[in-house]
Amino acid sequence: MATNVVMPQMGESIAEGTIVRWIKKVGDSVDRDEPLFEISTDKVDAEIPSPSAGVLTQIMVKEGETVPVNSVVAVIGQAGEAAAAPSGGNGRGERAGAMPAAAVGQRETSAPSKGTAVDDRAAAADARPSNAAAPAGPSATPGALSKEELRRQKSSPLVRRIAKEHAVDIQQIQGTGISGRVTKNDILGFIESASTGSGQAAAGAQARAIPAPGPVYKPGENVKIVPMSVMRKKIAEHMVMSARTSPHVYSVYEVSFGRVAALREKHKGAYEAAGAKLTFTGFIAKVIVDALRQFPMVNASIDGDNIVYKKDINLGIAVALDNGLIVPVIRNADEKNLLGLSRAINDLAARARSKKLNPDEVQGGTFTITNPGIFGALYGLPLINQPQVAILGVGTIEKRAVVIDDAIAIRPMCNLSLGYDHRLIDGADAGRFLSLIKERLENFDEGWM
Amino acid sequence: MREIEVRRLGVVSYAEGLELQKTLVEQRKAGQIPDQLLLLEHPPVITLGVRSRNDRSHIVAASATLEAEGVEIFEAGRGGDVTYHGPGQLVGYPIIDLKPDRCDVHRYVRDIEEVMIRTAAAFEIEAGRLPGLTGAWVGSEKLAAIGVRIAKWVTSHGFAFNVNTTLDHFDFIVPCGIGDKGVTSLAKLLGSVVPMAEVEDATERAFRGVFE
Repeated sequence: MATNVVMPQMGESIAEGTIVRWIKKVGDSVDRDEPLFEISTDKVDAEIPSPSAGVLTQIMVKEGETVPVNSVVAVIGQAGEAAAAPSGGNGRGERAGAMPAAAVGQRETSAPSKGTAVDDRAAAADARPSNAAAPAGPSATPGALSKEELRRQKSSPLVRRIAKEHAVDIQQIQGTGISGRVTKNDILGFIESASTGSGQAAAGAQARAIPAPGPVYKPGENVKIVPMSVMRKKIAEHMVMSARTSPHVYSVYEVSFGRVAALREKHKGAYEAAGAKLTFTGFIAKVIVDALRQFPMVNASIDGDNIVYKKDINLGIAVALDNGLIVPVIRNADEKNLLGLSRAINDLAARARSKKLNPDEVQGGTFTITNPGIFGALYGLPLINQPQVAILGVGTIEKRAVVIDDAIAIRPMCNLSLGYDHRLIDGADAGRFLSLIKERLENFDEGWM
Repeated sequence: MREIEVRRLGVVSYAEGLELQKTLVEQRKAGQIPDQLLLLEHPPVITLGVRSRNDRSHIVAASATLEAEGVEIFEAGRGGDVTYHGPGQLVGYPIIDLKPDRCDVHRYVRDIEEVMIRTAAAFEIEAGRLPGLTGAWVGSEKLAAIGVRIAKWVTSHGFAFNVNTTLDHFDFIVPCGIGDKGVTSLAKLLGSVVPMAEVEDATERAFRGVFE
């Protein structure tokens, strides 16, 4: 017998709830009344206890999803059902095999009528005291330990992400943080020791991807040690995460900027009069946002096995700072004309450098342009700004000798490099995307001015 | 009729505040203590609610400044988005068992807003609600922010009422993710610093009035 867990009604006027966190995973044992998940409505975060004891066999509603009150969000199986499964391996992973049918049947027979969720829940709980009292599965733990486990699980998103990437169970790690929280150092240490030591086969296999860092210096060596700034640490974490997440592939196209340079000369006075500095970046941004409309896969993210196509085009422009970098975002960039884009770029770059950006101006980007050419690089091979799937690097724009109609001509040339996530974008797609960019820049439509 | 114990704790670090709430919530669930209202101030800290906890990029823009100003960042495990606490702001953490007669999260949030509005009224400031935007507002500026956690109908976290708060510090964040609204304080509205004890008295009266 399985028990359905429903989205509870947390108030008279509340029709739906958003699951913000699953405290338990599929396969975990739960005691009755033990916190199972957290929901959010309005300004309230509520912890929802399990209606019965057993094993969490199925989760129907993922974190971040909103469902109406009374919807079934999960199924709790009996302790006995679970006892068979975890005896072999580590007790985790897909054990959905036998469960969905039972769960679906249950869902239909017990689908509660509107407005009675709380009563149903109470009834379900009352009907099950024998379950609660029955010996739970082999991995079930008495109350005190469960609380301890719970505390351990309350790690930062970073730690949880690292744990997920390396298939590490946070509960196995001795936490040194507040009330036993597992800190980043704890988990990195754990992964490292797992990869060098024995046991933890699963974690070890994954963790081999990280080179075990050797000693960087010995005491007494001629070094100076400076702690990283918060920004440096964030950049470091973000870049390591990106390198690990996406198989990066690069294509580089050489683009003549002759026409763009001519248009810039011609119109820059008018733009200045309108209060905007007309830059090459503005032209590139205009062409990119237009091309992203035609190539939705470049304006996307990967979520597990799903491709998430972003309907908004929010263009990030990387800005170098004295000791780091930041990527302000132009929201709905495709709704702006070249003047609007130029204004936005000038404004965001200036405020990025003077540290006057609002936090919401550095998030939500769907594609990023970065400009390694600013310091003279022929081209750059940038890392993707996660969770995006592609990034454009703009090389230096300089006059080069090029062959046109079998004659040698001098043209301002620029290498555009696209770094893309090969999980989603193949070379042919990137080629088509970059060809369009090249074509549009070399024949820039004066109507866009 | 509820029995409410009010504790005035002075300045408490955010971490200690979290631990204390955790302990009191357990004691309240077990029926070992009556309902509580903790009144305190925090050293400068930015806290993230559930809506922002997977998204710390929120604050990256000002991280260098934050470091220089000694502002900590915490995940709070409460509802709502990012907010700032600091000296001069009266923080209230009600640890209340809403059972049996108040099991409605919207009603609870509206009740806390009522406490904030009555507190402001004690200083002849007319605060009100803005539709869809939790908190107590004066015009389009937020006087008090609300973010709540509920476990088995026992509440924690609560409200932050700007008394003499350094409002510049809100520039570190977009309070509660609402970009186009400002923040204000009692001191700004009255044109002079207000003794914290007077505001604590007013808050306690308002709270007892609404909840007892």
